[in-house]
Amino acid sequence: MKFYDVTDLALRNLRESIFRNSLTTIGISVGVASLVAMLSLGIGLQQLASQRLQKSGLFDTVVVTSRRDLRNFREPREDGPLPAESPVLDEPARGKIEQLPGVIEAYPDIRFSTEFRFDDKPHLTMVAGVPPSAKNNNDAFDGMQGGFFSAEASPEVILQKSFAEELLGIKPKPGTDDTNIADLAKPLLGKELTMRYAERTASPTSKGPVDGAAYSVVSRQQTLKIVGVTDVDPDSMRGAARARVFVPLKLAQDLHVMQSSLRDASPSDAATYTSISVRVGNPNQVPAVEDAIKKMGFSAFSLVDATRSMRQFFAVLDGFLAIFGSLALAVASIGIVNTLVMAILERRREIGIMKALGASDGDVRGLFFAEAGAMGLVGGTVGVTLGWVIGRLINFGTNIYLQRQHFPPAQIWSVPLWLVLSAIAFSIVVSLLSGLYPAARAAHLDPVQALRYE
Amino acid sequence: MESSPSLAIRTENVCRYYQMGEALVRAVDGISVDIRAGEFVALLGASGSGKSSLLNLIAGLDRPTSGAVTVHGSNLAALSREELAKYRLHTVGMVFQSFNLIASMSLLENVELPMRFAEVDRRERSTVAHQALESVGLSGRLSHRPMELSGGEQQRASLARALINRPKLLLADEPTGNLDSRTGTEIMDLISSFNHSLGMTVVMVTHEHTLAQRYAGRMLHLADGKLVDDLSNIPSAQAPAPRGETQ
Repeated sequence: MKFYDVTDLALRNLRESIFRNSLTTIGISVGVASLVAMLSLGIGLQQLASQRLQKSGLFDTVVVTSRRDLRNFREPREDGPLPAESPVLDEPARGKIEQLPGVIEAYPDIRFSTEFRFDDKPHLTMVAGVPPSAKNNNDAFDGMQGGFFSAEASPEVILQKSFAEELLGIKPKPGTDDTNIADLAKPLLGKELTMRYAERTASPTSKGPVDGAAYSVVSRQQTLKIVGVTDVDPDSMRGAARARVFVPLKLAQDLHVMQSSLRDASPSDAATYTSISVRVGNPNQVPAVEDAIKKMGFSAFSLVDATRSMRQFFAVLDGFLAIFGSLALAVASIGIVNTLVMAILERRREIGIMKALGASDGDVRGLFFAEAGAMGLVGGTVGVTLGWVIGRLINFGTNIYLQRQHFPPAQIWSVPLWLVLSAIAFSIVVSLLSGLYPAARAAHLDPVQALRYE
Repeated sequence: MESSPSLAIRTENVCRYYQMGEALVRAVDGISVDIRAGEFVALLGASGSGKSSLLNLIAGLDRPTSGAVTVHGSNLAALSREELAKYRLHTVGMVFQSFNLIASMSLLENVELPMRFAEVDRRERSTVAHQALESVGLSGRLSHRPMELSGGEQQRASLARALINRPKLLLADEPTGNLDSRTGTEIMDLISSFNHSLGMTVVMVTHEHTLAQRYAGRMLHLADGKLVDDLSNIPSAQAPAPRGETQ
């Protein structure tokens, strides 16, 4: 039989017992819907988590420190040169690290604690240099008020919300988080802030190789324009030492601010860094980069193991969700087998007639296959729609909850096109597999017996 | 009656046994018979004499336990299931006592059905089916479902369906068994006219001796699966030309 005729006859047969076939199809729809809803939540959560984590810089960043820094003795088992023999973490070292394969950028961590003057009142806080790439890679700068630094070394500053509150003399009530960031930013944006700091200058008299007194300190001040106020803490991974004021990295470098942590002196006056942050293109490349940096004689630290376990967690979660979703589909497939076996009993005589008229085994098999496939297609399509709606509802409900808890809305649900197509395809395949046995049974009916059947 | 010298059907010591629980039923038990192309043969006998079983063997619906059935030179026992289906599709047309029209389809669709299996083009299918229904006098009932028609009309439709792929054999199993005598005669007249006008070989199972005498050129009597009598007959009915004959 031609494809058109097979489909035509199959659809006619499905219409003949519309009620029973609809019930079976609804069964498939519910199965597919549960599969799609489960997987779309799994995928959505995974996307949400990996987006947040990627932007947090936790998993694509390697922090490099010199082994000369005494604080790194917490890793005594590491191979490599002794602290005293290890190289200095300076500009040439930074350049070399930046040339490693997979590395996007390597920038020094510049942070120092200093005093600001605003409205003639002093405020003490931690300042951090921010690289230009943070504009696009750190989600703290996504939703902020105002804008990012206008130039690489412009005398501008971005404030963290809590410091903005401090400048304005607002004391946040404990336990509440309802200060509107826009209200905070309005009186501050465009205003100027004076930073008082200690500049570290090389002493012209002494150039000894390891001489702690090879530099002197000069008190200076710098006026900075407030260009942005951010709600989220861009420096969250720093814990207690986190900064609340951010300046362009280049500016921070040029100011040669005396950094409290930099106790050892470099042989030359060339910039020496406490630590360097290395941003890697793909979290998968982090271990290789880490190894290469360790071979250079530095200490390297990353949280890549945490990503691995996070991915593993999501793989297991998706697996479980898929299994639970598929269970419903498995039950539905039994429904298909049942419906088609019933249809064979009911249409036994009809099958006999068709065979007597010259229908081949293949014709009869094709007919039952087409019926199963059609139920799978319709069930799959309706199911995907249903699953999409369920996912939306869950997402909607979650966001209402998040809003009540004063969290920003989040997309915890995602139905990518591949999920839609593969869910429908899966539904058809499952239906066809379910049709395998009934179709074979119908095809092998003995026409003489079937014609005798009343 | 016109007779052709070529052989249409040959059965050679054909047997069909069934196992019914412990007992072996010899439905057809060593029948050898030659039927020439264009013959009108009646298979007569009491219930259970094996006439329907023999017809099923000739129709390719069943396979013999032993012996051979050869139709137009091809041994049915040697055909695969697929080839046997093709044989039923193109060589055989069947008419049943209970009409066996598909209840969910209109008359037109019922008559078109064998052409779907033969993969005939859709437009051609419709034209041919229209003509066939016209030739059995049902052109006004194309979209009716079988249940809306009388027995005679249903049997005429099933006759149109049987002839739709222009088979060489028309096999009829008690075609008038469910009809009153007047409509039965109408059907028999139609069958007879197709036998004459198309030169089609007809094998008809019946237990009505008078019907056989009126239409058949040869009467085969079966009892207990065996051929007990093979009589030539001069049919008493003069076949009228079928209505709307387009051949």
